Amino acid sequence: MSATHDAAHSDHGGAGLKLYFAVFAALLVGTWLTVWVAGRDFGVWNTPIALAIACTKAALVLLYFMHVRWSSRVVWMAAAIGFVFLVILLAFTLSDYFTRDWLEIYSAPLKSR
Amino acid sequence: MSDSYGGHGALAHHFEDLEQQREAHTLGMWAFLVTEILFFGGLFAAYVVYRSAYPEAFANASNQLDPVLGGINTAVLIGSSFTMVLAVHAAQQRRKWAIFGWLWATIVLGTAFLGVKYVEYHHKWEHHLIPGPNFLFEGQPGGSEQLFFALYFSMTGLHAFHMVIGAGILVWLSVLALKGRFDEPGRNAVEMTGLYWHFVDLVWIFLFPLLYLLGRHQ
Amino acid sequence: MTAPSASTAPSFAPRDNYLTADYSWRSWLLTVDHKRIGILYLLSVTGFFFLGGLFAVLLRLELATPQGDLVQAETYNKLFTMHGLVMIFFFLVPSIPGVLGNFFVPIMIGAKDMAFPRLNLLSWYVYMIGGLVSFLAIITGGVDTGWTFYAPYSSTYANSNVALTAVGVFITGFSSILTGLNIIVTVHKMRAPGMTWFRMPLFVWAHYATSVIMVLGTPVLAITILLLALERLFHIGIFDPKLGGDPVLFQHLFWFYSHPAVYIMILPAMGVISELVAAFSRKRIFGYSFVAFSSLAIAVLGFLVWGHHMFLSGQSVYAGVVFSVLSFLVAIPSAVKVFNWSATLYKGSVQLSTPMMYVIGFLGLFTIGGLTGLFLACLGLDVHVHDTYFVVAHFHYIMVGGAVMAFLGGIHYWWPKMFGKMYPEGLGKVSAVVIFIGFNLTFFPQFLLGYLGMPRRYHAYPEEFGVLNVLSSAGASILGIGYLLPMAYLLWSLRYGAEAEQNPWGAKGLEWEKAPTPPPTFNFDATPVVTQEAYAYADDLPPEESRTQARLV
Repeated sequence: MSATHDAAHSDHGGAGLKLYFAVFAALLVGTWLTVWVAGRDFGVWNTPIALAIACTKAALVLLYFMHVRWSSRVVWMAAAIGFVFLVILLAFTLSDYFTRDWLEIYSAPLKSR
Repeated sequence: MSDSYGGHGALAHHFEDLEQQREAHTLGMWAFLVTEILFFGGLFAAYVVYRSAYPEAFANASNQLDPVLGGINTAVLIGSSFTMVLAVHAAQQRRKWAIFGWLWATIVLGTAFLGVKYVEYHHKWEHHLIPGPNFLFEGQPGGSEQLFFALYFSMTGLHAFHMVIGAGILVWLSVLALKGRFDEPGRNAVEMTGLYWHFVDLVWIFLFPLLYLLGRHQ
Repeated sequence: MTAPSASTAPSFAPRDNYLTADYSWRSWLLTVDHKRIGILYLLSVTGFFFLGGLFAVLLRLELATPQGDLVQAETYNKLFTMHGLVMIFFFLVPSIPGVLGNFFVPIMIGAKDMAFPRLNLLSWYVYMIGGLVSFLAIITGGVDTGWTFYAPYSSTYANSNVALTAVGVFITGFSSILTGLNIIVTVHKMRAPGMTWFRMPLFVWAHYATSVIMVLGTPVLAITILLLALERLFHIGIFDPKLGGDPVLFQHLFWFYSHPAVYIMILPAMGVISELVAAFSRKRIFGYSFVAFSSLAIAVLGFLVWGHHMFLSGQSVYAGVVFSVLSFLVAIPSAVKVFNWSATLYKGSVQLSTPMMYVIGFLGLFTIGGLTGLFLACLGLDVHVHDTYFVVAHFHYIMVGGAVMAFLGGIHYWWPKMFGKMYPEGLGKVSAVVIFIGFNLTFFPQFLLGYLGMPRRYHAYPEEFGVLNVLSSAGASILGIGYLLPMAYLLWSLRYGAEAEQNPWGAKGLEWEKAPTPPPTFNFDATPVVTQEAYAYADDLPPEESRTQARLV
């Protein structure tokens, strides 16, 4: 696997650098976009849009800067599993808070101060 | 010169060949990064819970942060990720001075980031926005805005701590580079540290919009 | 030099091994040999086990009478807190992976060492430092929040050494992470030629699954404890209800780790049981791949059930229902394992040596513990038995009746391989029986107490619970003696025990067939090449001819 990986870098030394520069530029554009989007109001879509941009930037860093694109299956499974379990932590925890007020007697919703 | 495993040169004794060693190092670093995802993840969980419970307080609190500084810092950190990628590239080509140069470019950008953070933290200190008994938001103590700042300082503080460690390792690597450590094949430290540095960048990519850009929708 | 073949036993003459390679303090304290690190862990976990046991003795002494007359309530709170903390974080979590996992995972897959030997040593030092910090917290006043550290008592109102203990636990967590990381990479990258995933012993599968949990879960505990320490020291307010903070959030974050943590504690034990069942029935484990996949299933499902500790916390009932259903599901892979072990024993050539006695104990006690877990997973039932002695009995059946028994069984089984000495079998059997009797006398009455309504963490109770408590305390004294016996005779055997052969049990596995007794520093004379499946007993001579020292008094 690493033979292919090194080949990708030594054979495409120039292309390798161009690719990195392109990703870098994309990340900067993404940052500008994040700020621009934040100044507009898309209603309920505000958060999903911001997250989508952040996830795209993250994917670029993971795939290209961190070489997951060219890494073995074990490596990308490791990365994927980390995020899957983070999502589990967030989703199940939120499922408690978001369903508390579905039943009045037995829940204790957070009250704003 | 033998290492503590009784091996010689780049290959540690308990590995069969450099290929196996490199794969082991890579998987090991990724397993460590998975722990970091979950480590920061706990803070993200707290953030998500409290933000959904107190959206206005969080938006008001977020407006105390400076998105220009935050945006500049984001660009600086992404820049440092780029220079890190170039350092890894140089390490693969075993070009000692290029490694040294790009590592130091990364260190300088990382330090600039930390400098801006210091300025921001100082501003918070002056405006009584450090969570604790002296916290005041718009002159009033005690409110959910303090939760925002508890998370702000925990998340960016933990992030900054990781950057300090990373910068320290980069300095050490640059010294090793000059000593010729990366002149032979099988030396993976720059690439492994690169993975770590990119991860720290990754965390910031999420922290920036979640902390700085909450209350600015018109 | 050719590798010794399976049919010729290597020479019995004493030779250089990992113990004799160097006798200096430096060579032990700076070792990178996974086997020596396993021994270091053995010393440490034993010490912590007896410390945790001391707290148990004191609290059972208090509970022998209904009045709170031995210690004050605040002191009693510290006793059960420190008993839990020490036993969980400093014994149960590190014991089997740190001792037996470290020692045998590399050998079982034919490797010379773990993937990261220096990180392995670091994991032991991190464990010792965390242990020392926690020990400091204990002797300078102790902590009284319960091992669960619930906010806001722990974050705001407690007057004990919460922050210091939190720091100690935080540090020790990294030891777990390092061990888990090491095992994962070792299993992926260091297997000998021919050692495919499905030829690995189930002990290795169990440790792999455990390591996945360690890597995913422990960091969340770390951040939770860190937040607690920050709250405690700087009053940042993150769990403070006055600011809108939610103590139940603490519970979510805490149990996200602490439920999978119980699988960290039991999976390695199950791995030991798989090895012992195969060796002492001289049969391949029935349904090998089912057992292997069950380990992985437990690891994954274990992360989806944490809310069952929070049914009465104010958590949403709907979330509770989901957690309840998932908790029923997670029992299935454990049951699959018990069925498969039982099927292996059926028509096997069963030898009732000491390790096997621990296995039989495990099978019965773990089953009872597991079934009572289903009672607790049931929302309606849990309303009545939550925070009662029913819960206490449930988890002690699994952790003591299960994990500790498996640990002792494994220690006895692998003792000859680790030290080249045999323990006295008669004493081994007697101790196993004493421990079994003591255990049941201590903990069975607690099911009844809980069902009848006695709350946990109380130092005084109504008269009508007196008899059951006296039985429990009496049992605890027997159990204590039972634990002291192996300590004594195992130590004795190091000096005076019979010399062990290469393979006293006639067992299958690289550690018995290819590695000398005790192994040399790099485990094998030559890298083994694996051609057989795991537990290839059926391909062998009739059992009686391959067992030698296993034919015991």
